[in-house]
Amino acid sequence: MNLNDILDRLFPAGHAVDVANSVITGQAQTAQGTVAVLGTTDAAAIDHAMALALADFILDTVEQQPGRPLVFLVDTCGQALSRSQELLCLNGSLAHLASCVDLARRQGHPSLSLVTANAVSGGFLSFGLMADQAYALADAQVRVMDLRAMARVTKIAHERLVELAATSPIFAPGAESYVRMGGIEAIWPTASAELLEAALLAARQAMPATDQRLGCGLNRGGRQLAAGIAQAVQHAGLGA
Amino acid sequence: MNSALTTRHSWFEATARRRLVGLLDAGSFREILPPAEAQPSPHLAQLDLPGAFDDGVVVGCGRLAEKTVFVAAQEGQFMGGAVGEIHGAKIVGLLRRAVQEKPAAVLLLIDSGGVRLHEANAGLIAISEIMRAVLDARAAGVPVIALVGGSCGAFGGMGIVAKLCSAILISEEGRLALSGPEVIETVMGVEEFDSKDRALVWRITGGKHRYLMGDCALLVDDDIAAFRAGAAEFLAGPTESAPSLGQLRARQQVLENRLAAYATYRDGLQVWAALGVAEPESVPLLDRDSLVALKEGLPT
Amino acid sequence: METLDFRFDSAPVSRAANPALCGVVGSGNLEILVKAGDEPTACAVRIKTSARGFGETWRAVLGSFAAAHAAGGTAIAINDMGATPAVVSLRLAQALADYQGGAQ
Repeated sequence: MNLNDILDRLFPAGHAVDVANSVITGQAQTAQGTVAVLGTTDAAAIDHAMALALADFILDTVEQQPGRPLVFLVDTCGQALSRSQELLCLNGSLAHLASCVDLARRQGHPSLSLVTANAVSGGFLSFGLMADQAYALADAQVRVMDLRAMARVTKIAHERLVELAATSPIFAPGAESYVRMGGIEAIWPTASAELLEAALLAARQAMPATDQRLGCGLNRGGRQLAAGIAQAVQHAGLGA
Repeated sequence: MNSALTTRHSWFEATARRRLVGLLDAGSFREILPPAEAQPSPHLAQLDLPGAFDDGVVVGCGRLAEKTVFVAAQEGQFMGGAVGEIHGAKIVGLLRRAVQEKPAAVLLLIDSGGVRLHEANAGLIAISEIMRAVLDARAAGVPVIALVGGSCGAFGGMGIVAKLCSAILISEEGRLALSGPEVIETVMGVEEFDSKDRALVWRITGGKHRYLMGDCALLVDDDIAAFRAGAAEFLAGPTESAPSLGQLRARQQVLENRLAAYATYRDGLQVWAALGVAEPESVPLLDRDSLVALKEGLPT
Repeated sequence: METLDFRFDSAPVSRAANPALCGVVGSGNLEILVKAGDEPTACAVRIKTSARGFGETWRAVLGSFAAAHAAGGTAIAINDMGATPAVVSLRLAQALADYQGGAQ
């Protein structure tokens, strides 16, 4: 399904987005009003220009459209791999983008992200995983690294990783793993306006959003240790 | 300043625990979830690897120059300092505690390649939770300061976390970036980035370059006492201001301007020349004090 | 990974209030945690090691250590990533010294 089909299904009441350099910016109509639509397409390898374009659009929205929800569409193969990009501190531009999403949240803009095709590593961290809630379409590819590359780097046999991946969401690529671990709220069988409206409503009702993913990962069984450990650190008495 | 009586203790060579001993006021450190009360990661055990009791990060509370600080010190020698489920949860818990208890600062001693691949998804989500938690702590008025100078540097998701902090203290040995040079070389070829050219790696990702570019607030010697002095300097400084549109707009402008100016550059030497450094080739050879003086003399 | 359990008779050390940790789990290295144990004249050791098949080497190194040093009344836990016997012995000595010295 291409971007336009996805937009038509999410926003049957109308949408007007620009796509430039794989960056999406624009608006759309929903039953609950106008929303900002932004993100990436074509499995974008996120670089400074893209991160800054997205950040700029968020800041414009915060300045000019108080309270307008942000709907992020995520399709990224991760960060751009480039010496020039690293020279100018690509992690800094991604952090800046993440800060802008967070500012929008603090200024009363509900947000959600939808992985339309790919979501990988740093590309996903910089905006998709910063939204109040993340969702993914059924055929989306969500991962840190594919198992073959992981086998090369960790020096663990690929067959062993495949075997474990079948039962453990801890490193198995796939949106289902992220749902079980609390990183993604739900998988949508298809892009639909009904699901979007429900997600927007949920986002509004949860404002101001706090990070609930630890508890979610525990409840769903994907991360059985993290929530308890974070709680323990938060509340540990300190001896004399 | 080192007197004749003090010996330099390398931050780069030290373990996380040794760094904390030298960083904090003597005897002030109280570890939270100490090794005797913790179990190693079952995910590593499942992959047939021994874990560590602290899962590679030491968290707790102490004092620095008599001010209460929370600390998280990553152990770069264990699994590349990488973030797994337990490791990440310890850091998140510490940052959330900081929102409640409002210490003078949270000090993140970052020494990490980012996500621990053996626990890839848990690591990625944990880093996202750390990112949110850093921003929450800062919004609550608690500065979060990154100290970077270990063998793993601050890469991957921890490179992003470092840039979300109120400030970064970095040594010449330290590195701060997103993708590791080896990864870039593997995927894009040695022409793009020769990861074995150490001098090049440091001109692209190293502490001196990041300091000259303004990506790190303070450059310190590779010396635990120097990190301590630098952190104390920060603690004595201005308080954390609330996140604002104005601040982020200003940052946006800075980033756009420098992208426009330097987008085609491939080497720190080019950037330093553009910044007004008369002899860029001398930068790698300058000692810390000389480089700081050089930077302070540059046109703004 | 292999898990090994041993118990050695050893001259007692006085019970310390705080456990002691020494070393890091890096390549060729190990961490050793010394806590107060159940038997005053014995030392219980549990090792988790990346290198399989070295049970007898561990027995020899630890046994020799327990015979030559006072380590009774301790429970020792080790996470090992391929340390040599020399490194193991060194860390054991450091860990016991820290335990007795109240360091940490």
